[in-house]
This record gives sequence, structure tokens and C-alpha cells, in this order.
Amino acid sequence: MSPMAVDGSLERLRREGRIVVVGASLAGLRAAETLREEGFTGTLTMIGDEPYEPYDRPPLSKQVLLGRVPADHTALPRSRAIEAQWRLGAAATGLDPSAKRVALADGTSVEYDRLLIATGVRSRPWPNELEAGLDGVFVLRTRDDATRLRHRLKAGPSRVLVIGAGFTGSEIASVCRERDLPVTVAERGPAPLSGALGSVIGDVAAELQHQHGVDLRCGVMVTGLEGDGVGRLRRAHFSDGGTVDAEVAVVALGATRNTEWLAGSGLAAGPRGIACDAGCRAFDVRGIVADDVFVAGDVARSPHPLFGYRFLSLEHWGNAVAQAEVAAHNMICRAEERRPHLWTPYFWSAQFGVNIKSVGVPNMADQIIVSQGSLGEHRFTAAYGYQGRVIAAVTFDQAKWLEFYQRQIEQAAPFPPPFATVDRRTEGMRPVPAGFPDPSVPTHGPQVTVSGYSPTDQRVTFTPAGHGRQA
Amino acid sequence: MTSVALLGQILDYANRADPYPLYAELRRTPVVRDESGPYLVSTYWEIHSLLHDPRVSSDVRNLAPEAKTAPAIEDPDLPPSFIRLDPPDHDRLRRLIMRTYGPPHAPRRVYGLHGEISGIVSELIDRFEGRDRIDLVDDFSYPFPVTVICRLLGVPQEDEQRFHGWADTVATAVEPLVGTPEEQQAHVRAVREARHQLAEYLSGLIAQRRRAPREDMISALATDRGADESPMSLPEMLSNLTLLLIAGHETTVNLITNGMLTLLRHPDTLKRLRADPDLVIPLVEELLRFEPPVQLLPERTTLDDIEIAGTTIPQGASLWLVPASGNRDPQRFPEPDRFIPDRPDNQHFGFGSGIHNCIGSPLARLEAQAALAELVRRLDNPRLVEDPPPYRHNAVLRGPRHLPIAFDGLSR
Ligand SMILES: Cc1cc2nc3c(=O)[nH]c(=O)nc-3n(C[C@H](O)[C@H](O)[C@H](O)COP(=O)(O)OP(=O)(O)OC[C@H]3O[C@@H](n4cnc5c(N)ncnc54)[C@H](O)[C@@H]3O)c2cc1C
Repeated sequence: MSPMAVDGSLERLRREGRIVVVGASLAGLRAAETLREEGFTGTLTMIGDEPYEPYDRPPLSKQVLLGRVPADHTALPRSRAIEAQWRLGAAATGLDPSAKRVALADGTSVEYDRLLIATGVRSRPWPNELEAGLDGVFVLRTRDDATRLRHRLKAGPSRVLVIGAGFTGSEIASVCRERDLPVTVAERGPAPLSGALGSVIGDVAAELQHQHGVDLRCGVMVTGLEGDGVGRLRRAHFSDGGTVDAEVAVVALGATRNTEWLAGSGLAAGPRGIACDAGCRAFDVRGIVADDVFVAGDVARSPHPLFGYRFLSLEHWGNAVAQAEVAAHNMICRAEERRPHLWTPYFWSAQFGVNIKSVGVPNMADQIIVSQGSLGEHRFTAAYGYQGRVIAAVTFDQAKWLEFYQRQIEQAAPFPPPFATVDRRTEGMRPVPAGFPDPSVPTHGPQVTVSGYSPTDQRVTFTPAGHGRQA
Repeated sequence: MTSVALLGQILDYANRADPYPLYAELRRTPVVRDESGPYLVSTYWEIHSLLHDPRVSSDVRNLAPEAKTAPAIEDPDLPPSFIRLDPPDHDRLRRLIMRTYGPPHAPRRVYGLHGEISGIVSELIDRFEGRDRIDLVDDFSYPFPVTVICRLLGVPQEDEQRFHGWADTVATAVEPLVGTPEEQQAHVRAVREARHQLAEYLSGLIAQRRRAPREDMISALATDRGADESPMSLPEMLSNLTLLLIAGHETTVNLITNGMLTLLRHPDTLKRLRADPDLVIPLVEELLRFEPPVQLLPERTTLDDIEIAGTTIPQGASLWLVPASGNRDPQRFPEPDRFIPDRPDNQHFGFGSGIHNCIGSPLARLEAQAALAELVRRLDNPRLVEDPPPYRHNAVLRGPRHLPIAFDGLSR
């Protein structure tokens, strides 16, 4: 095929092609907007199993539960008209990549020239189905979940049990205290947030919970939920033999990827997500990238050059947006114009009056140093180190420094930070173990750095292992 | 090591009306040591990066002895104000101020002044009745923000006049000293004298409001007990209130005056604004980029060697950031020398950036938007009388000293 012909078919795709997006939420919507922004004029079909137009999830565990914003006021703002055909309330049930066809639950199907998979994740349910069915047991992922839970919190239950003290669980506990509801938090790990941020920071999160009157129980598992005679939650049993009486339990045990509908499609899709390359093209089970199937958002698992090409699965709002934009761009551009998804992981949370932000991949780290501020004051910046370089940072009410640490991560700067800064305290003079349950040990990979400020001028510099950067 | 001698030219009054070509020359080397000593940083991304760099200090006590260029101009009897401090002291003071000034504790403080601001604007414009010429600075820009800041703080109206004198004198302190040693000393003395009088006055007011608190910000500060930290001491209140008064006053005068000047130089934009008053919102942002009231951020320093854009700035060096130049950096803003009132993606340095970003920005925006929209609506056929107008001496807080405007009449 001559380059002319390739260009001709790309032009046709951009002009009158068919693009199908499965998963009509944050990533799906941002991708659709980018496609139009970049001049795609063909047909665009948005398939989503929820009945609602795209809405925003972060407020669900914050303002919505607090009663400040109604759940149906969370629609995502639109940056432009996307002129799409909406198939809402219609789940995709199957994919035939050779026929380029998506099957829907209602028996119809839609054909595509390019497909974007953005089906996200769903809450992991309470494993015992009978117990999960008790009145008063909730999860929190969707607008409907939030409406139901908020309604119940408003009724003033005698006690709320939160199972799992990750970000969502901790935010829910914070809302309960703000509503002056008694709350017990059960966490298997040594401290809240310790899976994501390690136990050094986890201990600060625990202190915050105690200060705000949370009955926090760490190092225990909930072994059973007990109902009363009419099927209402009454009590929870813990692995240490203890019990707690509660009318409401919120199961916050993380999420599973929505990939079941891809079974048999030949794509590398499983419970950990769909693997794709840094250009957002899906891998098939052989490990070969597809040219016409793209992935973005929480459901994606993509290799990040900055972190040893490790495949990262990120459940971060900013990641969904950035990856959707890259995927959309790459769907309709020439091969040499493709961009990599080089987004440095970034996440925020609001709980117990503290604004928590993190950048990078904390749980890759072996060490941590409080580089500014003080853990005791609950206002600090901490940097995470992995094999002598800065790999992540977290701030508690000090978000203004995050950007600096992001650059440090992108430049593979040495750890511990060797320089003097403002607000360095004695406690921040020496690194300590970060306290992750299972320090991961990728090999001595090549050295990769990212430079540039905007997606268009970002560059990857690759230095093979053992070369350059002498100590 | 490359070095230039541009700082002298930038500070030279002869270049006050149009420093932008000098900035363009400066940007050819993003980070450069000026012959006179300081390191100058003039490009957008480098300024941005240093404003967010925890190795950069705003505390002059961290300057190496040989880098100290001017005698300390702050009042030696008062603690440094929060813009002259680093975290954690800076953060504590800023938090305490924010408790009385902004969300979440005082969310209505600024917006609550909305109606009052419109009232002051109308009143000042009404006084143009029967004239066909005004000096925008003396007749409008100058009296306006000082009135607003007095209302915000709770300074009684009858004392407002005295603030003009004090604020004017104290603001000259940000400029490097010029003239003979005797002249310099006299200048320093005059500034200290004005600061003392202001401090004395404010102490009296604080004591009064402690006894009988009102709804104003001074009452809130005077009675605040802090959350989990010690509340402000009286000396801390005095130095920070002085700062708010000056920073909230001089800069807004310049923003409004530069705004009218820019509009009169761009008659099409003026016409557009008249037809579409909502344009004033993005227009003020563009103004903050195009003619920022704070041109330079002098005298920061480095706590460690910092390598940036191929240059190593040594620890303790005097660091001068030039946000007005970053705002015109073609690497960041397409067609930077054009005034585009609805410019998209306008992340300018008009209010700085990073931990010291302007605490008064919500108020300044509100004032400039109200003033420009109303001036443009009411002045019939306004024209510049002289261009460029005469400028004030100050190179840091740059703006016209007078802005004579001729017009045909006044609309209601
Ligand atoms: C309560 C809560 C609080 C959060 N807070 C934060 C926060 O503070 N900060 C932060 O960075 N991130 C936060 N997040 C995460 C953030 O919301 C997600 O990263 C983001 O929503 C991911 O967007 P997405 O489009 O990839 O996936 P999703 O938003 O999960 O959207 C996927 C969509 O696809 C639909 N779908 C699934 N399967 C199918 C199918 N077979 N057919 C059709 N449609 C299907 C789903 O129903 C869903 O509508 C929070 C999430 C939750 C739930």
C-alpha cells in the first residue's frame, strides 16, 4: 500500500468513520470530546450500561454524602458538543474483533472502525451473598449507590461500620463524623491508607481518625455480618473475636475491572484490567497490539516508562482524563503522530478536614522521608524513594509543593533529596522504611526520564541500564 | 558565565513607559547573572518552576552577605510580614489571615463587598459630571482601592485620607535605592517614619475593636484565637496589616490605570467591551498578563545550589524573577505582545504563583472588573491626551503617575 492510500483511508476514517465508545463515563466522555476537538466528523456511538449521562464520581463520597450536592447534580461539565448517538442503559455483552462488532444486552450490535474500551471498575461486593443482601449493607461506586447511602445516613443510624480503610472507606468515615454519626472502621492492614501510602503515612491517617472520634480497628478482618429476624443488618463479627452493633455497613474493599464482557474476544483482558501499550492500543492475548481497539481509564493497564515500564492500573480521575485524550488522539492520527500516555500518576482525597494529594507511585517505594513540615502537625510533604531515586510524594495540606516533587520524579532525581529546602525539620533528616506490606522488586531496568511540559513536547530519554548517570 | 547589564536599564526611569523590549532581550538567556549581582530569571517555565521550588526562599536573612544589595527596608521594630517569610512561619500567618478573609471560615468577606464596590465606583464617576477631562489616577484609580481596603479592614472613612500619604511612602520601599548615600538614607528614614505612624494608628484601632468587635476584618483578626496554633501577636498583626494595605492599594491603582490605558490604545476592544460588559472578566485576566501591576519579584534567594536552564544559581544568591517578562514569553503565549481580551489558556503571573501567590487576587479582580466595565460604559468617546503618559518612578509596582483622559460627556 502506498503512503497515499494510507493517508486516504485515514482521511476517510476522520471524515466518515464509525467510532464506538463502550463505557459512557469520565474517560468515555473526555475521549469523545477530544475526537471532535481534533476534527473527527464521522459517527460516534456512546454505549453505557448506566441510565445516566456521564457524571462525576469523586463528589459521591464527599459532597453528595454530606448532603451538600444532590446525586443528580454531578453531571460532568461538557467542554463541547459531541453529537453522539447515545445508547444509555445498554450494556455491551460481547466483542468480535475480527467482525469489528460490539454486541449489546438488548440483542442488537454496533459495528466500528475504531473502538474505545472505557468500562472502568465496579466495587468489590461483600463476598458472602446472603450477608451482602442484608438491608443496610452498601457499596459506593455509582450515583444510585450514593443516593441510597445518603438517604440512610440522613436517617441517623445508631452506628455505621466501614469495612476497609482505603481512600473511599476513609472518606465515608469522615463524612459520618461530619454528620455526627458514630462510626467504626475495620481495616485488615496496620493503618488506614497503608496500602496506598504505607504505614508511616497510615499512622498519621489513623491519628486523624482517632482525633475525629472514629472507632478505628486495624489489623482485624470482618468475618461475618449478622441480620435480625427481618433481614436488617444488626451486627458485625471480627477476626479478633470482637463484635460491633451497626445498622449500616459500607463495604469499601476496592474494585474489580469490568472486563467480563470481553471474555472470548481474544483481547488481553482479565480481572486486573486490559493491558495496552503506552499509546493506549489494546494487547491481544498473544501480546500483540491491536490497531483499532483502544483502552482508557480505570479499566486500562498500561506500561509507564518512568516506572520501569511497569504496567500500572490506576483508579485516578486525572489518569482517566489524560489517557482518554491520548487514546482519542491516537485513534485518528497517523502512526508517526501517536503520543504516549506519560501522565505521572496523581491523586487527591479530602477527609477529616485534610487535603491529601499524592503524585507518582508510592507503593513502589522502599523508603520515605518527611522532606517538609511535620507528621505531628498533620501538615507535611513526604518523598518516597525507590533504589535511590524519588518515585513518589504525598502532601497533607501542602499541595503547593506537589508540582516540584512531580518534576523530581520525572527527572529521576536522587533520593533522599540531597538539598536544603524551606521547612525542613529534624524529623525529616533521615529516610525511614515506608512501611508497605510487600515491597516490590522490579529488576535493575533501564533509566528513563520524561521532560517537557505539555503532551506535545514531552520527550522520553532512554539510558540503558549500567550506562550514563554515574554515581 | 554569561552576564548582562540589563537590570540597570530596567530600573532606569527612561525605560519605564515600555520595558517590554528589554524583557525580550533578557529572555534570550532565561537565567542570567546581572552585572550588578542578582540572577535574573525571565522566561515563563523557569519562573514557574522557581516559584514552586522549595529551595527558593523569600526570607532575606538567607541571602549570602555579599549578595545583600540594599539596606533592609522593612521596619526593624516589627517582625517580617508573611511575604518575607518561608514556611512554616509564612504558612501559619497566611492561614491566620485567611481565617478572617476567605473560605472556608470567611467565605463572604470579599464577595460581600460587591455592592459597596459598585457604589464607590458610581460615586467617583458621578463626580466627573460637567467636566470634559479627568486625570484617571488622581480622580479615580487612587481614591478607589484605598476606600475599598479601608472598608474591608474597617478603617473609619474619616481616616482614609491619611492612608494615602502613608501607603504612598511605604510602597516606595520595594524599589532599589537610588541617589547619593544621603538621599538613600533620607528615603529609608521617610519610609520608617510612615510605617511607624501607620502602626501606631492600627494599634489603636485593633485595641478599640478588641473591646467592641464589628463585622470587619480587623475585628476578626483582633479576636481570632487560631485553630490549633497560636493566634497573631500584635506586632505580627501590625506588619501584616501594613502589608495588606500597601499591597492591596498600589497594585490595584496600577491595574485599573493600566487597564484604561490599554483600552484607550485598543479602541476596538473598548467598543467590544461597551457592547458586551461580560467581556471584562477574561479581559482583566489578559490585562494581568499584558500589563501586570507587579513587574518584578526582587530579592528571593536560594537555600541550595539550583540548576536551571543550564545555569547553576549558587546558594545564597540574590534571585530576581521577572513575571512581566514571563507573561510575554512566546514559548508560553502565542502572539504574546498582542492584547487579546478573550485569550484562552491564560495562566499568567499577574498574581504570581506558588505559595506566595497574591492573597488579594479575588478582591483585585472584583475591583478591576467593576471599575473598567463602568468607566467604559459611562465615559462618552474617551481619548488619551498624551501617550505615553508620565509614569511613577517605581519599576516594580509599575504604572502611570497621571492618566489624562478627554471625553465628550457622561452617560447615566
Ligand atoms: C466514590 C468515589 C470517589 C472517588 N474519588 C476520587 C478522588 O478523590 N480523586 C481521584 O483522583 N479519583 C477518585 N475516584 C476515581 C475516579 O472517579 C475514577 O478514576 C474515574 O471515574 C474513572 O473513570 P472511567 O471512565 O475510567 O471509569 P468509570 O467512571 O468507572 O466508568 C465506567 C463506565 O462504564 C460502564 N460500564 C461498565 N461495563 C460496561 C459494559 N459492559 N457496557 C457498557 N457500559 C459499561 C460503567 O457502568 C461506568 O458507567 C473516585 C471514585 C469513586 C467511586
